[in-house]
Amino acid sequence: MHISYLDNAATTPVDERVLKIMLPYFSDKYGNPGSMHQKGLEAKEAVDEARKTIAKLISAEPNEIIFVSGGTESDNLAIIGTAMALKEKGNHIITTNIEHHAVFDTCEYLEEQGFKVTYVGVKENGIIDPKDIEKTITPKTILISIMHANNEIGTIQPIAEISKIAKSKDIIMHTDACQSAGYLDIDVNKLGVDLMTLNGSKIYGPKGIGILYAKKGTILQPLIYGGGQEKGVRSGTENVPLIVGFAKALEIAHSVRDKESKRLIKLRDKLVAGLKKKISNIHINGDLEKRLPNNVNISFLGVEGESMLLHLDSKGICASTGSACSSHSLEPSHVIKALGLTDEASHGSLRFTLGRHTTEEDIEKVLKELPKIVESLRKISPIA
Amino acid sequence: MKKTKQKWFYSEQVKEHFFNPKNIFKSQEEAKKYKADGIGMVGNPKCGDMMKMWIKVDKKTQTIKECRYQTFGCASAIATTSVLSEMVNGMKLDKAFRISPKEIVDKLGGLPQIKFHCSVLGDKALRAAINDYYRKTDQIEKIVTDSPVVDETLKITENDIENAVIEGARTLKDVQARTKVGVNNKKILPKIEGLIEKFKEKHGFK
Ligand code: FES
Repeated sequence: MHISYLDNAATTPVDERVLKIMLPYFSDKYGNPGSMHQKGLEAKEAVDEARKTIAKLISAEPNEIIFVSGGTESDNLAIIGTAMALKEKGNHIITTNIEHHAVFDTCEYLEEQGFKVTYVGVKENGIIDPKDIEKTITPKTILISIMHANNEIGTIQPIAEISKIAKSKDIIMHTDACQSAGYLDIDVNKLGVDLMTLNGSKIYGPKGIGILYAKKGTILQPLIYGGGQEKGVRSGTENVPLIVGFAKALEIAHSVRDKESKRLIKLRDKLVAGLKKKISNIHINGDLEKRLPNNVNISFLGVEGESMLLHLDSKGICASTGSACSSHSLEPSHVIKALGLTDEASHGSLRFTLGRHTTEEDIEKVLKELPKIVESLRKISPIA
Repeated sequence: MKKTKQKWFYSEQVKEHFFNPKNIFKSQEEAKKYKADGIGMVGNPKCGDMMKMWIKVDKKTQTIKECRYQTFGCASAIATTSVLSEMVNGMKLDKAFRISPKEIVDKLGGLPQIKFHCSVLGDKALRAAINDYYRKTDQIEKIVTDSPVVDETLKITENDIENAVIEGARTLKDVQARTKVGVNNKKILPKIEGLIEKFKEKHGFK
């Protein structure tokens, strides 16, 4: 069966070109970049080259790129690293109520450590109002962390605007751009951020690799100690193959960005329009304009998400849901809740995230199968 | 080309019952027209789990002739009710009343711990339906409200919490994974924690 993989916000397949460029670094070019001999230098060169490539793509300096194990570590380092480094200066952090758990739970951890965190709420379209951020700033605020684009509903936050506010008050600004890297401009100067998180597995690169961009002069307390790699901020032997692969993936993502965005917007809108037409009682979650080109998030009232997801899977369609039934905590998605919707709405929410391999046929397949699934589940539901 | 089997998250039994639920009402009309001797409904649409069960009873033998249902819930909820509806067919009411979630889960070849509470749902709906039948047939003395209700919305009783502890739950999280008790009502959490400690003590798990 052909698999229509519409869960690209969860992870993407590795691009062939990325895979190819990585392979020699697992075997032939196995050196440790920290070694002085030729094998070491060969590896070091590759890491340096990758660092330069990445820096250029986001308008940064090579020494502002810190390689880490992925988006989660990058978020942790940005937030905990800043908080610990600046704790003499203040103890207040501002974030939003729709962040990824890598940010959310990290902030909760800091609360346990005595920091104060304000979780600013988004408006019902899933977008934060910079004024709401500004209002919560206190003399003790040391960090603002806001995702560039949301992983569940794809809404795009006004990062540049918020960065300006942060800068004027001398507050460190962090953004998690894992989801947006493939679709939006992630030039750090235009965004005006001090810290930015990127990750390989959402941009057709390998899993287990990410970066934290840290603007020159930003002080971070390390989370991992050891051999002093990455200027001492992130010890551990550089993961050379993944670093090389990440740089290639980012390069490709950059080169196809505009074309892909245009293509996916068409497919996305076709999917939304088709579902609206074919299924009653549905609700589109999140702003339709300020939204990633590849994200569709819809609630089908009276139907449970996990059931829909598994039926879709049996038809060869991979999606995801914000249903309480499929979460580890049995809590419905905090993002859908943040939009002011009922628990029932998040219960019946499905997310389709399109990608580089998504075709018109995939969309048509969803439009053919999903209405049948929703209808049959509504028929067996005691509340429909 | 070698054909690889499609992977599936739960057990094969769950798969069968999820894709082909037995005894389920396939339309709202069918459910509406059905003449049941007892009806039970449990759950809460807000948290997502909702189950309604209809039984037909052979009055002479006090056995279940038919067990039908509708479900708003996950795959485990659908599958557990489906298998339960088969298990109780032809079963004496008092025996059906005593079926435990664990028996249902075993029949399905196991469920992830976090999904145990889905099996409790079908079980509760069944007991509610049986009680309803007793009520309607003036056998009030037979009604068992098994123990004090702790969570009003989900109709979770002290007994349910005790069962969860006996089956291996040790913390509030464990118990919630099995029963969902208090998920919608944070105010009763301290009380639940107290009960968990009490039952751990009682069964020597301390
Ligand atoms: S019905 Fe919600 S987890 Fe099973």
